Amino acid sequence: MSRRVPVHAIAHARAGDKGDTSNVCLFVYEPRHYPALLRAVAPERLRAKFPKLLRGPIRLFELPHLHGVNLVMENALEGGVNASLNLDGHGKSWSFLLLGLEAEIED
Amino acid sequence: MSHPTDGNGSAKFAIGCGAGFASDRLDAAVELVERVALDWLVLECLGERTLAFAHRDRRADPNRGFDPLLERRMRALLPRCRARGTRLLSNMGAANPRVAAEATVGIARALGLSGLRIAVLLGDEVTEKLAPDTPLWEGGTIAERGVPVGANAYLGCEQLLPAIATGAEVILTGRVADPSLFLAPMIERFGWALYDWQKLAAGTLVGHLLECGMQVSGGYFADPGKKDVPDLARCGFPFAEVEAEGAAVIGKTPGSGGRVHATTVKEQLFYEVHDPTAYHTPDVVADFSAVAIEEVGPDRVRVSGARGAPRPPSLKVTVGFDGGYLAEAGVSYAGPNAAARARLARSVLEERMRVVHGYRGPLRIDLVGLRSLHATALPEPAEGEDVRLRAALRAPDREPAELLLWEVEALLTCGPAGGGGYRGRITPQVTTASASLPRAAVTTRIEVLEA
Repeated sequence: MSRRVPVHAIAHARAGDKGDTSNVCLFVYEPRHYPALLRAVAPERLRAKFPKLLRGPIRLFELPHLHGVNLVMENALEGGVNASLNLDGHGKSWSFLLLGLEAEIED
Repeated sequence: MSHPTDGNGSAKFAIGCGAGFASDRLDAAVELVERVALDWLVLECLGERTLAFAHRDRRADPNRGFDPLLERRMRALLPRCRARGTRLLSNMGAANPRVAAEATVGIARALGLSGLRIAVLLGDEVTEKLAPDTPLWEGGTIAERGVPVGANAYLGCEQLLPAIATGAEVILTGRVADPSLFLAPMIERFGWALYDWQKLAAGTLVGHLLECGMQVSGGYFADPGKKDVPDLARCGFPFAEVEAEGAAVIGKTPGSGGRVHATTVKEQLFYEVHDPTAYHTPDVVADFSAVAIEEVGPDRVRVSGARGAPRPPSLKVTVGFDGGYLAEAGVSYAGPNAAARARLARSVLEERMRVVHGYRGPLRIDLVGLRSLHATALPEPAEGEDVRLRAALRAPDREPAELLLWEVEALLTCGPAGGGGYRGRITPQVTTASASLPRAAVTTRIEVLEA
């Protein structure tokens, strides 16, 4: 039996920036949810969910021994701290943008 | 003084972080020095744009251009560091390390710390060494981007070690790669070779985990109900007990708030890291992908397993440029129909700026309380009963910036009903770009001053 929950229910995250590139690392609280996390933040899914924000290549580095991933998203900060007009020019809150996505977990 | 010892009786090496950015707390740094027998206290206070602003300050006044909080931090920490036998290392020299060292001498004398020695590392500034046709990592050349306000190379341990070898109690620098501020004292202590990539990677891992201060010890982590952190208002700074092979236990000030846990360490491990197998510093290319994180006690996490590859052939340089002005202005609407009134204010402001004044530059208008930080990514909710219109633009000169503030303030009497709480401000900006410089082009020297 599977059900949909926010990624926030199964994982925690932190975002950082370098120029116009955002990186968000996410880790599941329970190892059994790792496959669900991988599906929830797959680069093609992120591009489809946030096409206006994520305008460049997205790389996903799997860190299976830490039950986490590191996402590196280029041209994802509206110009970054040098140019963005967003209040959050560093994209510090991109961690919680991704934690707001839905994940499908097995009970 | 006594330093912690391990089971074999040999002294452990303890290095702490008492600031992870320019505005970091000071009382918690005092507590760290007082409660932990540190060999070294590192204060990392120099962001990329912080340094570009410091260049501007120095240009306006040759006695400025170093960290504006240097005096307060030194007054609080120098006497305690001296009493505890803790050496202090900081990049608070910013764009003017020599003058920062002179200021520190003055502070030490005023505090009666006669004989205190301060070593200063000079030579990171390379503004005059970069040709206008130097390519930028972001594309184009320096000349195409503008006139630099200042350029600094990220120095590493090779340049920092001679300052440490002077034995001075205080080391001040300008731009040094953040992890190198922590790695260099380890190299000196353990006698690691500058080509021992495994140990340099291990020490770089420790430096990377410590360099953002409380971000590894419970700061920037709390999410109530999901990830709770005890006594966050009294969060403690972190320190590491480093072993001779480079593995380390991360802890925090005893009796402080905060939390050191596998989860806090994991989040910081990849903070601002791209490829986990290739974290570049001036000292080494470190691979964090197989790092082991082990909880060995309450608020104690052991980290090991970083791997290293030879250091990059050139040094990274950050070039600062004038960034014109950022204008931000806002007005708020609350109560019944607030969202609709805020939307009307937004459309009025757009028409005023774009049509009436013919402004063609970048303009962003958010409705805080409906959607702002994530407005580009997510749709705007229909309702909200306490909504702030927040408008922003960037321009090379002040005129459009002043126009935006005027038009947002005019919404008070000319816009929708019930608007209040206008605020507006214009702030000068800098921007930064990156370039590479051959190591041989950078020459550094050390000066030692005595109080």
